[in-house]
Amino acid sequence: MSAFQASSPWRKTAALLARIGLTGRMLIIAVPMIWLLVFFLAPFLVVMKISVADPMIARPPYSPLFVQGPDGWSIKATIGNYAYLWEDSLYINAYWSSIKIAFFSTVLALLIGYPMSYYIARSPEPKRSLLLLLIVLPFWTSFLLRVYAWIGILKTKGVLNAMLMKIGLINEPLIIMQTDVAVYIGIVYTYLPFMILPLYANLVKLDDSLLEASADLGARPISTFFRITIPLSMPGIVAGSMLVFIPAIGEFVIPALLGGPDTLMIGKVLWTEFFSNRDWPVASAVAIAMLVLLVIPIMLLRLAQSKGADT
Amino acid sequence: MAEPSLAADAKPWKNATAKPFIRIKNITKKFGEFAAVDDISLDIYKGELFCLLGGSGCGKSTLLRMLAGFETPTSGSIEIDGQDVANIAAFDRPTNMMFQAYALFPHMSVEKNVVYGLLREGVPKAEAMDRVSDMLRLVKLQDFAKRKPHQLSGGQQQRVALARSLIKQPKLLLLDEPLGALDKKLREETQFELIHIQESLGATFIVVTHDQEEAMTLSTRIGVMKDGKIVQVGEPPQIYEDPKSKYVADFIGSVNMFEGTVDVAVSDTLRIKSPEAGIDLLVAPIAGLKANQAVSIAIRPERIAVTRHKPEGAANIVEGEVEEVAYLGNLSIYRVKLASGKTLKVTKSNLLHDDVPIKWDEKVFLSWSNAAGIVLTA
Amino acid sequence: MKRGLFLPIVSFIGFLFLYIPIASLVIFSFNKSKLVTVWGGWSTKWYGELLNDPQILGAAWISLKIAFISASLATILGTIAAMVLTRFGQVRGRGLLTGMVTAPLVMPEVITGLSLLLLFVAMEATFGWPAGRGMLTIIIAHTTFCMAYVSVVVQSRLVDMDDSIEEAASDLGAKPMRVFFDITLPMIAPALISGWLLSFTLSLDDLVIASFVSGPGASTLPMVIFSKVRLGVTPEINALATLIVVVVAIGISISWYFMRKKVKT
Repeated sequence: MSAFQASSPWRKTAALLARIGLTGRMLIIAVPMIWLLVFFLAPFLVVMKISVADPMIARPPYSPLFVQGPDGWSIKATIGNYAYLWEDSLYINAYWSSIKIAFFSTVLALLIGYPMSYYIARSPEPKRSLLLLLIVLPFWTSFLLRVYAWIGILKTKGVLNAMLMKIGLINEPLIIMQTDVAVYIGIVYTYLPFMILPLYANLVKLDDSLLEASADLGARPISTFFRITIPLSMPGIVAGSMLVFIPAIGEFVIPALLGGPDTLMIGKVLWTEFFSNRDWPVASAVAIAMLVLLVIPIMLLRLAQSKGADT
Repeated sequence: MAEPSLAADAKPWKNATAKPFIRIKNITKKFGEFAAVDDISLDIYKGELFCLLGGSGCGKSTLLRMLAGFETPTSGSIEIDGQDVANIAAFDRPTNMMFQAYALFPHMSVEKNVVYGLLREGVPKAEAMDRVSDMLRLVKLQDFAKRKPHQLSGGQQQRVALARSLIKQPKLLLLDEPLGALDKKLREETQFELIHIQESLGATFIVVTHDQEEAMTLSTRIGVMKDGKIVQVGEPPQIYEDPKSKYVADFIGSVNMFEGTVDVAVSDTLRIKSPEAGIDLLVAPIAGLKANQAVSIAIRPERIAVTRHKPEGAANIVEGEVEEVAYLGNLSIYRVKLASGKTLKVTKSNLLHDDVPIKWDEKVFLSWSNAAGIVLTA
Repeated sequence: MKRGLFLPIVSFIGFLFLYIPIASLVIFSFNKSKLVTVWGGWSTKWYGELLNDPQILGAAWISLKIAFISASLATILGTIAAMVLTRFGQVRGRGLLTGMVTAPLVMPEVITGLSLLLLFVAMEATFGWPAGRGMLTIIIAHTTFCMAYVSVVVQSRLVDMDDSIEEAASDLGAKPMRVFFDITLPMIAPALISGWLLSFTLSLDDLVIASFVSGPGASTLPMVIFSKVRLGVTPEINALATLIVVVVAIGISISWYFMRKKVKT
């Protein structure tokens, strides 16, 4: 059966296509499929290809993968770019630094996000919807501008230092801008809603009677929290944490605007490698290495999401 | 009535030469390795109101969905009015369906919901609207034509769904738990309304239900399903009085079941040895039994009399002690424990006030005729 | 009552943390002085400068055009993908499509940007299309990652929706296309609108991917903002941020009002 039977030109086309084995159904599937194959999957193959090419002063600035020699076509690939990443401490350090920054930002976001999610989930309507709206609202305003706002607050002559000095808490301005501290603040600030939303979605489903049953059986509130609430909200914790950790790893804007020259993150390294050094093969190798790093967190996220869907 | 035009009166299934309207042949539907419908063959006749009855997961809905064209059979064939429907898509089949949760189009008014099928058929708008208002009158919804489904009560929504599925005058109407979402009182009223509509239109209905009472009330015939198979097909009294297996006896109504072995046939009664009963059970003989064959004897609770004094002339008499009495108004239910340890359920109509009602812990006699016991070999 | 106060206090601090930066943007957009710390009195002169800055206005116009086209394309493609994944059963390539639709959601922007640029370069070298980079390549890139979001939003609506409503239409004689336009589309319209708005916002907000795939003459608003703020704080940008906040606040209030009204009837 074809989806196109409304008018006769369609019907003729459909009949024609059906003869070569194409039905309306397949044509419909083909639309998103081809788009994604061309603009999502193919680009990765190109990145992989270029990551094993040699940099060259040419347009485009890398060596071809298939080379036509006297004996016909041959494949010319090198692992030189990966070896280079391994040997130059810049890349290893950027790797570790990214993991460290993403990890601690995630922990901080969890520590702030969990109590907030819990508070929102336990709030009565309509307060709950309003608080939830307040969490989502910043997302609709520009991310770039919200990160930019922190420059005005954190810089040496910024709002924060001015206020702290005015109330006499400090005499010398704090140096926060262009340090890792500013990057932590920026990441936690930007991705806090991503932590709160899955946690909220999980905690709001938590049945009050479970907590009451635990109390009834003699557990103190703290004990109930650690033995009942936390284990039951585990899918939310994992999903929220991965939604902070994964984008934090590849983050470029925050370290570029708030961090200093010493702030190493792979997203920034990739950017510099590509735009400043114009070394496309190394940039591609960095991209592939970053993807490898993200495989485990992405799998954890999938697992948490499928578990979350079950309960 | 000059001639019996209704299937309920004509009983075409008793006539070997009658031509079935729907012919289901060896139909199987597998989901992966699991056979939801397992090699079912069934004939249904024009004008029938046929009920597919079974618990959840027995395959009744899958069978219905194959008739409607929403599922493709793994093997087997379906013929409707002599036409094999294997290659006919749902939207081209001469069937219509009334969905379990009604599946009304939420963004369309009652009128638009009902007229939808006619417009797809290419009926001119004016004519279609006339037919819709007739149909809405039939289901008593003429005053609600402009309402949206969510502005209607459950009973009204049910009638919109019925009107929508009937508007194209389908040769076959499939109803998936048509009364399932209604409360008990409304369900009883609607049952008769449904029969009335079916008879006045002379259409063929196939109803899927898990409610045995509903099936008994509605149907010309019932097909009892279990694990993807039809275990018994028959008219409602036949299914109740003459179940062919322990499953059917147990599923339809309630029953007391004894295990036993065939002893001997004494003139016109059959003797069954049953340690569970504590006595030898006398039942009407059936053909094809061998001595010492293991059988089950099913006895309906209303076929057992409960008395203080030993009754005269009953074929089966057994003593016991009343454990529980439940008074339901029109009848009372007794649970009586026998000396063997088995507990029997007995119902007694409260036709008259007994002088002294039987109470807990009383010693009583239970008795039943030899026609009451049904011998089951499966 | 120590425990009773813990949650509200932490939450209050959390909300302050989320809103102080936005508030400071708005307040300092009205500062007469160019220095953020020094309050030089109320002024709207930065709004005047913003509205007379051809670079920002030009970039804003480009960004709006890109966002509009990308959001619309992404909504169409994402909806088709969602229909295939929820309504077409086990078709060939379903697993591949699922993977490709959801992967952009977790893909770091630098990788998406880099890989698309490399593709465009390779395609140009091979087929001569797309010739150069600019609005077209940004639209393609944005459509690709926005359709992932649309598809997720629409899929969740389709999964919640009772299939039997579509089956009922089919049962009454509607062919698949007819069922889609008569029944499915009106019922998933709210999800399509949220998907479109989400895509529009994401496209308008994107710096990284656009920076990779853009070419000369096609600087989007985030690209212009980024190059300006890299040099330090400029009150003009504060004024722009304030305008965005006002537009978003109005938009949210309107949708809030309509949602409440709908709940009441």
